[in-house]
Amino acid sequence: MSAHNDAMNTTNPEHAEHHILGPGTYTTIYVTLLILTGITVGAAFIPMGVLNPIVALAIASVKAVVVMLWFMHVKYQSRLIKMTVGAGFFTFFVLIMMTMSDYISRAWGQW
Amino acid sequence: MANAIATAHEHDAHHAHDEHVVLPQHLHHFETEEQQREAGTFGMWLFLLTEIMFFGGMFFAYLLYRNWYNPAFVAASNQLSVKLGAINTAILITSGYAMALGVYAAEVRKKQMLVWTLIATTIFGFAFLGVKTVEYKEKFEKHHVPGASFDVKEFVNPAAFGLKEEPLAPDMAQKTQIFFVLYFAMTGMHALHMIIGLALLFWLIYRANRGDFSSGYVAPIENFGLYWHFVDIVWIFLFPLLYLINKHVG
Amino acid sequence: MMSAPINNNTIVNIPDQRTAKMPKRNYINNEHGLLSWLFTADHKRIAILYLISITFFFFIGGAFAGLIRLELLTPQPDLVASDTYNKFFTMHGIVMIFLFLVPSVPATLGNFFIPIMIGAKDLAFPKINLLSWYLYMAGGTFTLAALVLGGVDTGWTFTTPLSTHYLNTHVITAATAIFIAGFSSIFTGLNFIVTIHRMRAPGMTWFRMPLFVWSNYAASILMVLGTPVLAIAIVLVALERTIGIGVFDPTKGGDPLLFQHLFWFYSHPAVYIMILPGMGVISEVISTFSRKRVFGYTAVAFSSVAIALFGFFVWAHHMFIMGVSNYSALVFSLLTMLVAVPSAIKIFNWAFTLQKGSITFETPMLYAFAFIGLFTIGGLTGVFLGSLGMDIHLTETYFIVAHFHYVMVGGMLMAFLAGVHFWWPKMTGRMYPESLSKLSALTSFIGFNITFLPQFILGYLGMPRRYHAYPAEYQVLNVLSTAGATVLGVGFTLPMLYLAWSLKYGAIAGNNPWQATGLEWQIQSPPLTENFTETPIMDHEAYDYEWLENKTAHEVTTVG
Repeated sequence: MSAHNDAMNTTNPEHAEHHILGPGTYTTIYVTLLILTGITVGAAFIPMGVLNPIVALAIASVKAVVVMLWFMHVKYQSRLIKMTVGAGFFTFFVLIMMTMSDYISRAWGQW
Repeated sequence: MANAIATAHEHDAHHAHDEHVVLPQHLHHFETEEQQREAGTFGMWLFLLTEIMFFGGMFFAYLLYRNWYNPAFVAASNQLSVKLGAINTAILITSGYAMALGVYAAEVRKKQMLVWTLIATTIFGFAFLGVKTVEYKEKFEKHHVPGASFDVKEFVNPAAFGLKEEPLAPDMAQKTQIFFVLYFAMTGMHALHMIIGLALLFWLIYRANRGDFSSGYVAPIENFGLYWHFVDIVWIFLFPLLYLINKHVG
Repeated sequence: MMSAPINNNTIVNIPDQRTAKMPKRNYINNEHGLLSWLFTADHKRIAILYLISITFFFFIGGAFAGLIRLELLTPQPDLVASDTYNKFFTMHGIVMIFLFLVPSVPATLGNFFIPIMIGAKDLAFPKINLLSWYLYMAGGTFTLAALVLGGVDTGWTFTTPLSTHYLNTHVITAATAIFIAGFSSIFTGLNFIVTIHRMRAPGMTWFRMPLFVWSNYAASILMVLGTPVLAIAIVLVALERTIGIGVFDPTKGGDPLLFQHLFWFYSHPAVYIMILPGMGVISEVISTFSRKRVFGYTAVAFSSVAIALFGFFVWAHHMFIMGVSNYSALVFSLLTMLVAVPSAIKIFNWAFTLQKGSITFETPMLYAFAFIGLFTIGGLTGVFLGSLGMDIHLTETYFIVAHFHYVMVGGMLMAFLAGVHFWWPKMTGRMYPESLSKLSALTSFIGFNITFLPQFILGYLGMPRRYHAYPAEYQVLNVLSTAGATVLGVGFTLPMLYLAWSLKYGAIAGNNPWQATGLEWQIQSPPLTENFTETPIMDHEAYDYEWLENKTAHEVTTVG
């Protein structure tokens, strides 16, 4: 009988207080994103061999995480929402990894 | 306690919310407004999961074919304008910034600010699509649109077109079509999401101007914001993957 | 009057028919007219809309099955040409999978009972729920259009490059149908997940939820995460067909197997979308008719989630003979074996639930027994097919046809009928005729086995699927199979007739004819539009029969 006596919902992992971010935070994030865009373009012109696509994807991932954490408020959301976001990327990686397991090993032993 | 399906008298679990004024947007089947708002946010996130998987299929196709046909991808990618791509990235980030400010405006109930930020979001959204139109038009003119009219002459004999690229063997040059397929499929699907978003923005601006979102009911603005930022994120990945494959060579 | 039934052979406990009355106010008579149904936001009414529409498509798909079996009665191609035969099995597959099996239990029984079982007034997004029915109907309309315009003959799998380059039938119409129906399924799944997370009544913790809710939750996760991948694969097929983009075209550098990967990334989990909700029904029925809490409740609950999770790691076992890497095939084969574990957990736990239970044999229970036996056969032959060596021999033969019909018809359809009979009194307020329904359950079971058991043998002997002619030595088994299909057809038509009859003439059921413990049985039948007059508080575990006995005893004292 304890679950519904928690009127303030403080122990509920599916609940988070409604958090309002101010324009200051948003501006910081906005400037960060623009700088990262500049870095990404700059990095593309530096020869780094196989590292080039990795750096590009790493910067893109940082940007995506920044957008999700602050613009999309994931940082201030309940654990449920965080897990939901995680589940999406997890399934996407399952799709990539498991399919790649076929393509990578298809020619093994055949050369 | 034999008769256990007892009833919650006077909703005793929710005293904490008694001081709230019940809004007209509150739907009867939710116990509290908070429950309604959190359900909406969660639903929106689940929808975005389906979007991740929807774009995920195309991102995987990209990963596969880029590994298989890297020379074709390099040559074809160099046909895209980094300048336009970077400008568009900045435009889209700005649009997302305006949207984020819009969410703030709705949360602190500033009606004028909300309307103007939404208008800014819309304008930058259209600017993005405008630049995209210019890019698409160039691809049409150069016969780089996959299909019957697709032409590989620029990739087989770049020197004749004043390009500094290494010429591709004819069979590899054919594979540039795969790059452009993915380019059009991914940016096209992204643009389609933008167009849907812009249509929704008009409706939101109309309602914001009517004052629907200035009295504490911010769920539509917040959830649309999630959608709009998701579209941003897709572009954040598309830009380096499509435009910046191999700028440092040639 | 209440408490333990006098007749030990049944637990049915319905009110005295001379005095019994249907509730004056309920969700059916709350509003009147066709429009009140077409624009309803009530999850119960939408469930009824779904029930009617999936029944319609079930009989369309069934008609094609009948035509297929009729053609296979003789070794010669004498009923239809080979192209027409291809269209028959394609339409059978598309209609049965996308328009019947995927929405069957979730969209009807799930839609109706999930909110009630967790003590909510409605699903979280009633309008999206209605939208998903309209999308389903749009998908169904496109399917019918493809059918009327001349059919489609790709097989339900849309295999490239066959579907993109070599066929001149209505592939795009059918693809559109599946794309739209897919969104219907996404919205249903999304709605269930949010509802189960957000709308539970006070005291309804995760481990107090009925197992039907758990299994629908697991299936919903698959719907939300898997279906979009099918959607993009279908879009790319349509683009390939219309403008020849080459993404699946080997002559342009594309890889046809990429389509297979994307397609089966959804379509293998889709099998669990179909079967998981059925397993939930079986848990409810087994518990109610053996008067025991489901043995190992937590294990059964988590096994649903485990099936959903493992479902994303096994899809390439559909592709073993298509030229995938041997090493990757080995990994997928091993992972496939994993799925057998949670499935076996369920079977064993149901068996232990039955042990020392007070078992009675009402119709839902008969169907549940059919499910357990047939699903076990279907599941274990799936293990055969999941192992690499066996698969090379058996795939693309009738063995695989028999395997998935044992799971889908013997498992899912039996579970669906178990659920429909189990909850029919709650949905309509009236009982179905008991002896006739027992007869039809038995007919279905016998007909099913006569139809599909010979197909295991046929497949093992090497008869390939998807051919309309075969060597004469296979005829005996094929005749047997067709004869069984006729019996099966009778077994499936009977319920529709007597359930329709019972709407007017069935005995009035009362609130709790089975003396079951779920929240849905504690309210009137048929329920009120708002389900509960006051928010219920859950203060006992699921399947707590002692609590129910105390409650009924308490009711008697207060009345008397």
